[in-house]
Amino acid sequence: MGNKITFAKELAPQTKLFEIEAEHIARRGKAGQFIILRVNDEGERIPLTIAHRDPEKGTITLVFQVVGKTTEMLADLDAGDEIHDLAGPLGKATEIPTDKTVVCVGGGIGNAVVWPQIQALKEAGNKTIAILGARTKELLILEDEIKALADETIITTDDGSYGRQGMVTHALEDLIQRGEKIDEVITIGPVVMMKFVCKTTEPYGIPTQASLNPIMVDGTGMCGACRVTVDGKTRFACVEGPEFDGHKVDFDELITRLNYYKPEEQVSLSRYHQSKLESPADSSAKTQ
Amino acid sequence: MTDNAKKPKKVLNKSKTKVPMREQDPKERIYNFEEVPLGYNEIEATQEALRCIQCKNKPCQAGCPVGIDIPAFLKLVGEKDFEGALRKIKEKNFLPAICGRVCPQEDQCEMVCTLNKPDKGREPGGIGRVERFLGDYAMEHNLTITPEIAPATGKKVAIIGSGPAGLTAASDLIQKGHDVTVFEALHKPGGVLFYGIPQFRLPKEILLREVSGLEKMGVKFVMNYPVGKAESLRSIRERFDAVMIGTGAGLPWFLGIPGENLNGVYSANEFLTRVNLMGGYKFPEGSDTPIKKIKRIAVIGAGNTAMDSARTAKRLQPEVVYLVYRRSRLEMPARAEEIHHAEQEGIDFNLLHSPVEIVDDGKGAVGAIRCQEMELGEPDASGRRRPIPIEGRIKEFAVDTVVIAIGQGPNPLLTADVPELERDARKGIIVTNEWMQTSLENCFAAGDIVTGGATVILAMGQGRKAADAIHRYLLTGDPADHDATGSDVCGHLPG
Repeated sequence: MGNKITFAKELAPQTKLFEIEAEHIARRGKAGQFIILRVNDEGERIPLTIAHRDPEKGTITLVFQVVGKTTEMLADLDAGDEIHDLAGPLGKATEIPTDKTVVCVGGGIGNAVVWPQIQALKEAGNKTIAILGARTKELLILEDEIKALADETIITTDDGSYGRQGMVTHALEDLIQRGEKIDEVITIGPVVMMKFVCKTTEPYGIPTQASLNPIMVDGTGMCGACRVTVDGKTRFACVEGPEFDGHKVDFDELITRLNYYKPEEQVSLSRYHQSKLESPADSSAKTQ
Repeated sequence: MTDNAKKPKKVLNKSKTKVPMREQDPKERIYNFEEVPLGYNEIEATQEALRCIQCKNKPCQAGCPVGIDIPAFLKLVGEKDFEGALRKIKEKNFLPAICGRVCPQEDQCEMVCTLNKPDKGREPGGIGRVERFLGDYAMEHNLTITPEIAPATGKKVAIIGSGPAGLTAASDLIQKGHDVTVFEALHKPGGVLFYGIPQFRLPKEILLREVSGLEKMGVKFVMNYPVGKAESLRSIRERFDAVMIGTGAGLPWFLGIPGENLNGVYSANEFLTRVNLMGGYKFPEGSDTPIKKIKRIAVIGAGNTAMDSARTAKRLQPEVVYLVYRRSRLEMPARAEEIHHAEQEGIDFNLLHSPVEIVDDGKGAVGAIRCQEMELGEPDASGRRRPIPIEGRIKEFAVDTVVIAIGQGPNPLLTADVPELERDARKGIIVTNEWMQTSLENCFAAGDIVTGGATVILAMGQGRKAADAIHRYLLTGDPADHDATGSDVCGHLPG
């Protein structure tokens, strides 16, 4: 029934990579698309962007950070375990130009999505520059994978523990200043970061796609939980996105909407921690 | 048993009114998600069935979108042959426990019933109630009435979407001997029957039992498989001899007024999906999908989905549930029974109020909804009196949650990936000919994706029609019914 995890690895504290059997998604999925999964029959449906696909092996790779109960239950799984159910590929694929210079700006867990984007951009003959941001060195993920594909990779850390110290926007500004002819920027990461990446490129008129991560329930266009305002119009990120013209996205609204269920998520997570303390043996999702 | 309506041996029940159905007390039921009407027992069902006068012209059968021989099954119930009655229903309808609950009988079979003389105080036969009794009887007695399956034809049919249209078509086509696979994008089967209709109106256990009945007959279900995304329609059309699209009307409409993206504004689909499909009312104990604690809520709209939303909200224990509708009582599209139940449960109806703005509470969430008071003017194109604003009369309802239940359009998930599939330019619904055939070879469509938002039973009727056409298409290559007598499917029943 479920989808088997064939490989699991901790990439950074609270950040895991799973390779999962999902044959049709491995075959059909494209950069920028996502899947929806549930960890058990009482579980939430959560969207995760596809980080990598191996059509030959019939597997997809997901990278996620523990932020709530569902992601923590997911992280409690290991190779050999099964994901209860998984649907996809959902959403629109990243629009990949040809023979252009494209800068992908990722932050935190968003770097997992820069990976397939750089790959698709390279395959289409683009010059690619990756700017990967992290709070600190140990949280930086997938550096080697992305470096192996991108024409240039710039690392920034907030605390200067690795790469250049500062924000991704500083690195992007420098890139523009040095005269790099940038045709397009794609950004994915924390909403605030994406907002400032878009603010950075706007004065220069560089087209910028932002990959949005609103709350979703079904992920198939049915509920509208994921609605975002783009150019003054309401759009459903799950079917019309998740990527939109970043210069037209109402990021503040997105931030407000993402925070709506924070208190409930906290309740859910602390209850899960409590249950793990009370019965460590059967607290994980595998027993469900 | 005989299909002909002969005079029953039993004495007719000459009561003018239906045998009453016991209901959960409104004071109690607003604290739970259990069913509201409790159903007939054997005696009540028999008494109600004996009200049928077995008239010759059977207007009820003509009034039934799936053409159930209603007098015949009522006669059998009157004779206490419940199993025989079930067989009779299942010739035409595989899902009596569902239809008995969610069909709008008052606009269909019961409306045209010969007994129905409201001016003389006479009610129609309680057809829906007896049908429901039979569905429940089968379940309680674990009766599996599986129709005979015709010899395998070797033809493969794909059905996209497991809602009412898809389930009906699956049931008909498997009986015809075809190899049927149903693809569903979500993790549970049933489409709107699962995510939309609340537990207190259609217990999920009943739905799952009907689905497992189909599985026993050989229908294969593939969940979590959004066709159009997981696999192209083209590929499905190549792998299968025929395809039926029944993806429904899943795209919620919004009002287009300021404040609609504030936190606490839900589409009815989201609100009901969180509660029904995801079990949000059990959060945090039995479900990980939260639904916000609601204090004051306004539901916009007056159709069945609006009633479902309002009554669902009531069970989440808010202080008040407002129902806001821009027209008057007469124009409310919901079933009379649903409106009645909503009123019993204390839903606060605010008719002739048209929402103009949802007001921010200062923190990005709903603080109030502002409505323009309306009055009825001259009839519009639909024949209904047009609501017109009363100048200067604005009313504000202090609420923290707003549910928009004003209808939905066709689900775009599949159609977006198939530009070659002909669709109505304005409505986006799939265009079919009279045999439910789309512009693509071997591809049929039925249900709300063809009609726009309608009812469960109409979708089922369409699913049946499509199944009929698909069957003919598979045998002869021509879906048209040249011999009108062959239009009914399900001729392979025992007895």
